[in-house]
Amino acid sequence: MALSGLFLVVFLFQHFTINFSSVFSAKTFNSLSHFMGTNPLVQFVLQPVLIFGVIYHFVMGFVLEIQNRGARATKYGSYNGGANASWMSRNMILSGIVILSFLGLHFYDFWVPEINHKYIEVLPEDPNRYYEELVHKFHSPVRVGIYVLSFVFLSLHLLHGFNSSFQSLGVNNKYSVTIQKLTRAFAILIPLGFIFIALYHHLNAF
Amino acid sequence: MATLDSKIPQGPLSEKWTNHKSKINLVSPANKRLIDVIVVGTGLAGASASATLAELGYNVKTFCFQDSPRRAHSIAAQGGINAAKNYQGDGDSTYRLFYDTIKGGDYRSRESNVYRLAEVSANIIDQCVAQGVPFARDYGGLLDNRSFGGVLVSRTFYAKGQTGQQLLLGAYSAMNRQIGRGKIKMYNRHEMMDLVVIDGKARGIIARNLVNGKLERHSAHAVVIASGGYGNVFFLSTNAMGSNVSAAWKIHKRGAYFANPCFTQIHPTCIPVSGDHQSKLTLMSESLRNDGRIWVPKKLEDVKAIRAGKLKPTDLAEEDRDYYLERRYPAFGNLVPRDVASRAAKERCDAGFGVNATGEAVYLDFAAAIQRYGKEQAHVKGLDENDAALVKKLGQAVVKAKYGNLFQMYEKIVDQNPYETPMMIYPAVHYTMGGVWVDYNLMTTIPGCYAIGEANFSDHGANRLGASALMQGLADGYFVLPYTIGDYLSNDIRTGTISTDDPAFEAAEKEVADKLQAFLNCKGKNSVDYYHKRLGKIMWDKCGMSRNADGLREAIVEIKALREDFYKNVNVTGTASEFNEQLAKAGRVADFLELGELFAKDALERTESCGGHFREESQTPEGEALRDDKNFTFVSAWEYQGEPAQAKLHKEPLNYEEIEVKTRSYK
Amino acid sequence: MKLTLKIWRQANAQAPGKMVTYPIDNVSPDMSFLEMMDVLNEQLIQKGDDPVAFDHDCREGICGMCSMFINGEAHGPDRLVTTCQLHMRKFKDGDTITIEPFRANAFPVIKDLAVDRSAFDRIQQAGGFVSVNTSGNTQDANAIPIDKHDADRAFDAATCIGCGACVATCKNASAMLFVSAKVSQYALLPQGKVEATDRVLNMVKQMDSEGFGNCTNTGACEVECPKGISLENIARMNREYLSASIKG
Repeated sequence: MALSGLFLVVFLFQHFTINFSSVFSAKTFNSLSHFMGTNPLVQFVLQPVLIFGVIYHFVMGFVLEIQNRGARATKYGSYNGGANASWMSRNMILSGIVILSFLGLHFYDFWVPEINHKYIEVLPEDPNRYYEELVHKFHSPVRVGIYVLSFVFLSLHLLHGFNSSFQSLGVNNKYSVTIQKLTRAFAILIPLGFIFIALYHHLNAF
Repeated sequence: MATLDSKIPQGPLSEKWTNHKSKINLVSPANKRLIDVIVVGTGLAGASASATLAELGYNVKTFCFQDSPRRAHSIAAQGGINAAKNYQGDGDSTYRLFYDTIKGGDYRSRESNVYRLAEVSANIIDQCVAQGVPFARDYGGLLDNRSFGGVLVSRTFYAKGQTGQQLLLGAYSAMNRQIGRGKIKMYNRHEMMDLVVIDGKARGIIARNLVNGKLERHSAHAVVIASGGYGNVFFLSTNAMGSNVSAAWKIHKRGAYFANPCFTQIHPTCIPVSGDHQSKLTLMSESLRNDGRIWVPKKLEDVKAIRAGKLKPTDLAEEDRDYYLERRYPAFGNLVPRDVASRAAKERCDAGFGVNATGEAVYLDFAAAIQRYGKEQAHVKGLDENDAALVKKLGQAVVKAKYGNLFQMYEKIVDQNPYETPMMIYPAVHYTMGGVWVDYNLMTTIPGCYAIGEANFSDHGANRLGASALMQGLADGYFVLPYTIGDYLSNDIRTGTISTDDPAFEAAEKEVADKLQAFLNCKGKNSVDYYHKRLGKIMWDKCGMSRNADGLREAIVEIKALREDFYKNVNVTGTASEFNEQLAKAGRVADFLELGELFAKDALERTESCGGHFREESQTPEGEALRDDKNFTFVSAWEYQGEPAQAKLHKEPLNYEEIEVKTRSYK
Repeated sequence: MKLTLKIWRQANAQAPGKMVTYPIDNVSPDMSFLEMMDVLNEQLIQKGDDPVAFDHDCREGICGMCSMFINGEAHGPDRLVTTCQLHMRKFKDGDTITIEPFRANAFPVIKDLAVDRSAFDRIQQAGGFVSVNTSGNTQDANAIPIDKHDADRAFDAATCIGCGACVATCKNASAMLFVSAKVSQYALLPQGKVEATDRVLNMVKQMDSEGFGNCTNTGACEVECPKGISLENIARMNREYLSASIKG
């Protein structure tokens, strides 16, 4: 979980950087997106690795959850989980499921049309289409609402998960306090940034 | 029954053990595989013996009533373990440890055993370090030591206030290794109910599985009793709730002599009793007396004000405090042996100077130590030594590092912060020096039945010095019994497996089953605890820190009457075929009710004051304990004859060849 | 104080259990929690009822035998204490207190509040030791100096009392804190390094086979541990395990 999680964090950061460019320059965003969309290394090596990472992470997440729930067949009548552990750490499966459902929507919104465009219908490539597609998606207030909510859950997921992955990999030393601060900052700022992007394009459209 | 033969080897004291080891019979590795040994109890002695016997190649079966061998009450020992390593270069030696132990024991222990104990003490430390026991170390990476009561050197090795825990977990790990290899078969939650003797030899035990109540027969070529002491005969003691005399008492009833039952150690630094609901007492380690100063107010009006809550102890001026140990014993001060410190506390409280509501508490004050350490730290760190707040903070940090867990325990129980206000302490029953009589080989008067650790009587005489119990338990288990038992077992290599179908097993099992059923059938009106508390009160009032002939005679009568009432009116709920703590406890209390009487009888017999045993008729004009060496330089070994009152006294004379017997002085 | 106790009653491992309510009066705030249970049991015995079975022994917080799950927390609401060190002054007059056994598949109930924690013993038997014989011929204890900081950290890990609060409290019933404490103690000391690889692999294997859950780093174990065993130990064990797995 830790390794795939860290890998996804790196991906998330990269995704954020490209998306964020859309706020100040449609041109930069288009060129970056074009590169990502057409570079064979990205398309045929990184993309499958990423898909594998995502699938591995959530499948393992479910497997762990099932094992862990099974480890205590008779439940407590009274269990005061909040007394000793954060809500985030106790509800990774919940935040994870929200994020996974969001991924479904997200794939439907961007990835499916993209694959369809490039590999199924094989439409001609227009290096400037990406920005338009992006802005178009953020017209619907319902969709933006769902996006914003999902990013909140992403933040909750990261608030525990990012820092926890260091512990799982055996990193717990004098730098741990700093690591915790950095991972917390990341877990709040990146989803906040995504929310900003979504709202920015939504509000700009009017 | 054989007469008492202590089997002390010939030759000079310092060579006895070495010579003995070279001369005794051995069992070859191939034959060890054919021999079974039962060990009852998994404290320091039992766990270390089990591990070592299994390493040697014997088939070991080990029993404990707790849910895991790691829970034996040795785990609660706090302060430390003595060893004559002389790492501090302060003049320590095997002889000095031997001498201090004999003197501390008030000249009532066997010279040869104590010398052997001092001899192997250094090995224990080496062994434990090799096992990964994390003893305290100094900044140079070497082992640290501290001082304990009754000695003038620093020879106590420690692991904060959890030395017993660390040593026991070390022995437990050695056991685990052998359990993993299949050489030890471990029986958790099993209680030994009786010893099986065939043709005069110990050949097995009847055990009860405490989870399902089933009685089981286990045979072996030798049985080792390592079941600890019987301090719980007082109901309130620092022992664990489950600690009991039953295993030792059962072998006593099967022919093992019981020695010096009245030798009980009353530990001076325990948390005072707070009310009738109290179920046990908690020890505050003797190591605290390294840095704590014991006092009571000088004036009775201050005592009254403190009890009424009108005056805080911290507000009392230095000149109004009576540091009575420093006053009476200037040479040893707060580090006098336990018996002396306990009696002195009782003397002050009896005179009306007790500082809590019940009048049974004295102060143990760390303010001076906090100041001293704080100034030292400020100096080391180049800070202002006159900044009172800073000094206090630094001093408290040092005290916390040394005794943090004890201070936390105290705070949880008493709800007062001992860093800010002095602790309140009072003596409590802690350890029993008496126990099953054993010879030099640690064998009881039943051939093939051994007793080790606190369960035997051997090494501490009438008073045990601090940090010596851990030493004795591990010495017996790691380094003494595994050698000496071979001498006996060398005759058993052709015996083959002992059958549990023997009539002796059958008879013993039936006896146990009948007794259990009798408890259940009684259906009386009083709980088992009711009897245990009543017994405890008789013991504490009449056989406690100070005793006299009249009180002891009364105690004998009262205990007998209580025992008879117990068999008529006890109420044990449930059945014998389930997890039934009440039933298990009924059996233990029944044995305490017999032991208590023998205890009082032994105390009555010994008209001298010695060790923790203070006989009011025998004191100096200043009120110090007065020993009677002419008439009592012997071990009282009692032979069971059907009733505790009829027990027959055998005397093992104690001969001191190396040491001149003197009056103990800690002034 | 007057209290209402809701206690899990279960006749034996096979029987179904249920919560039973008992009122109790005259509880002194100075009583320990177990002394309060003693009073309840005394009352039950007087009425001819079966007293509540619970594990306890030393009653000074070191043997690790007591094991109650009180108001949704292992060893109750206080910190750095075992149940026997919990005092009634932590509760208020009129409170309702829920008392359950430590629950995990690896800790089957024996009766009422008593559970079987022998899984912990078996994990220790798989490797929680240094393979040295008690021959009396080991080298001098001061032959190898050990960095005081390492010795102190090894000690801190070694103070685990094996009570199982970490398992009981973990939402996953994971035993990582317990196992890592032992692994850490030996990993920090030169004596333990020799067989470090086998130790961590064998102990983790045994842990997994006992049916404990996985660690998801919620940190609840550290908070509820009566001895304050640090999560650092789990990280250290993860490190040891990774490097042992690579070494093979």
